[in-house]
Amino acid sequence: MSSQTTEKIETLRGEGRAAFMTYLPVGFPDVAGSVDAVRAVIDAGADIVELGVPYSDPVMDGSVIQRATQAALAGGVRLRDLFHVVEQVAGQVPIVVMTYFNPVLAYGVDAFARDLAAAGGAGLITPDLIPDEGQEWIEAADRHDVDRIFLVAPSSTPERLALTARATRGFVYAASTMGVTGERASVGAQAEELVARTREAGAPRVCVGLGVSTGSQAGEVARYADGVIVGSALVRPLLEAPDRPTGLANLRTVAEELARGVRGARSERT
Amino acid sequence: MSSGPYFGSFGGRWVPEALIEALDELEAAWEKAKTDPEFATELERLHRTYTGRPSIITEVPRFAAHAGGARVILKREDLNHTGSHKINNVLGQALLTRRIGKKRVIAETGAGQHGVATATAAALFDLECTIYMGAEDTRRQALNVARMRLLGAEVVPVTTGSQTLKDAINEALRDWVTNVDTTNYVFGTVAGPHPFPALVRDLQRIIGVEAREQVLELTGALPTAVLACVGGGSNAIGIFHAFLDDADVRLVGLEAAGDGVDSDRHAATLTKGRPGVLHGARTFVLQDEDGQTVESHSVSAGLDYPGVGPEHSYLAEIGRAEYRPVTDEAAMEAFRLLCRTEGIIPAIESSHALAGALELGRELGPDATLLVNLSGRGDKDVETAGRWFGLLDEEGER
Repeated sequence: MSSQTTEKIETLRGEGRAAFMTYLPVGFPDVAGSVDAVRAVIDAGADIVELGVPYSDPVMDGSVIQRATQAALAGGVRLRDLFHVVEQVAGQVPIVVMTYFNPVLAYGVDAFARDLAAAGGAGLITPDLIPDEGQEWIEAADRHDVDRIFLVAPSSTPERLALTARATRGFVYAASTMGVTGERASVGAQAEELVARTREAGAPRVCVGLGVSTGSQAGEVARYADGVIVGSALVRPLLEAPDRPTGLANLRTVAEELARGVRGARSERT
Repeated sequence: MSSGPYFGSFGGRWVPEALIEALDELEAAWEKAKTDPEFATELERLHRTYTGRPSIITEVPRFAAHAGGARVILKREDLNHTGSHKINNVLGQALLTRRIGKKRVIAETGAGQHGVATATAAALFDLECTIYMGAEDTRRQALNVARMRLLGAEVVPVTTGSQTLKDAINEALRDWVTNVDTTNYVFGTVAGPHPFPALVRDLQRIIGVEAREQVLELTGALPTAVLACVGGGSNAIGIFHAFLDDADVRLVGLEAAGDGVDSDRHAATLTKGRPGVLHGARTFVLQDEDGQTVESHSVSAGLDYPGVGPEHSYLAEIGRAEYRPVTDEAAMEAFRLLCRTEGIIPAIESSHALAGALELGRELGPDATLLVNLSGRGDKDVETAGRWFGLLDEEGER
């Protein structure tokens, strides 16, 4: 068993830095456009790429990602497109898929793990699946050798942090703040404490997402976390650009700034 | 009876980790409150002096003449303060909010019945109150928006997704994830993550407990069947529950079939959906091949929901309850019939149960006794009905 994200994060840790992880939704602005966007962030320095599956009822997402994923659904994106996109972009960096769980249930939990692995995907982030409900997925991920990335929140008790750390393969996704995805003026002070508590509970790798939008915020988080996850700040340039080339160019500029922020920070945990 | 998290293979907590602590807190508070005589006494007092409980039953022979001659008895939840069964749940949850020590409540609403009930309880208990309502529904139910604002609530029109009830729930969940320290989510139906399906059921159970005794007293026997409309399913679970162990009593839920279950405009989740996850529970869901929730349609905003409470999925699976579809047209005919024959204007939601009674009565004949949950009154629906039947003066002409 080998975990692509574990290897990547451990390698970067050896180099004394955190991983820069980028979220982009599949099918926005369209399927080919999302492949271009992923290639742009890889060129700009993404260490791990998260591909989001558009879903009709995204309760963890703020307005920026909601707008993009709704547009993708209105444009007719299908689940099978996800696996095609994974196939096209896999190879350079680990590709993890972020999805609400009903599409996985509808596809078939085992079939989803199998087809993700076959496409070269590294694993799955499941924002509305807690380990308590995850037995079928945990077994399928083991069978097909893909990561299962569960979330923790500032409100998580020590018992739940330990449960989540045990169920996770790859890294634990720490939500920096109580809330939904979106850019914020500052990353919650709770984030650093949560990372520390999650490590104490037994998680070897903890990455932080929610609210990170600038290079300096990314650098700040990179000092204490194993990875910095950015979503809305990367989706916004695609949403707001007057045309596609401008969107891609602006996306690249934002991604480069964030990558510099992460790389500039020396990890405290070397 | 199961107190959750699971009803067979349905229910559970398919929610972000960030909500687990709040759900645990609510569950613990409810486990404590429901065995606390002080809580029961306080809720009973509120129901007696504020809600107007026990609600009466009314036998409706002129209506029943159209139901194959079966006896038809209505449980009059429409006579409750705020006009529906929703107040039963909301007062209990407001008491619970006070016990947990939170000062703000949020709720979703479709037709506005649950929003009005929550705004009412918030006024009574001096709680800050925000109601999420699909923008489409705020237009359909403008008067209820004004009612909620009169009661001091903030009403937030939700413009994402299909702009209806399911999106209002999404937005309320987002608010809750963000403000869970100060805020309690007063969920309106027996759907959602555990403990809501069990909590709301326990608070609505009083409908069936009262009705079972009242029907026994009136007729000397249990009813042949108990009927209720099902959107999320709280009024149906509320009246069904006291009869679960009465194996001879048929439990019949009526779903909104909109333009018909063979059209793509309906909300008949148990008839046409399949198991999946929506709003935190594993249950039947109207969804496409990829697991995307499909938009539902019904003339009644309160039944216009593509999911259903997990306990209903379970009762359907084990065959203890049966679920039938009722079209917009059949519901509106039953609506008009009750108005004309009995002088009672029912909610369009409840009219689906009335239509079910007309159909079942004709199947069973005069020996049957049908108990129907008249879950709400139709004041809010007068404009819809007026347009449906062409009763409004337009451009000065009758």
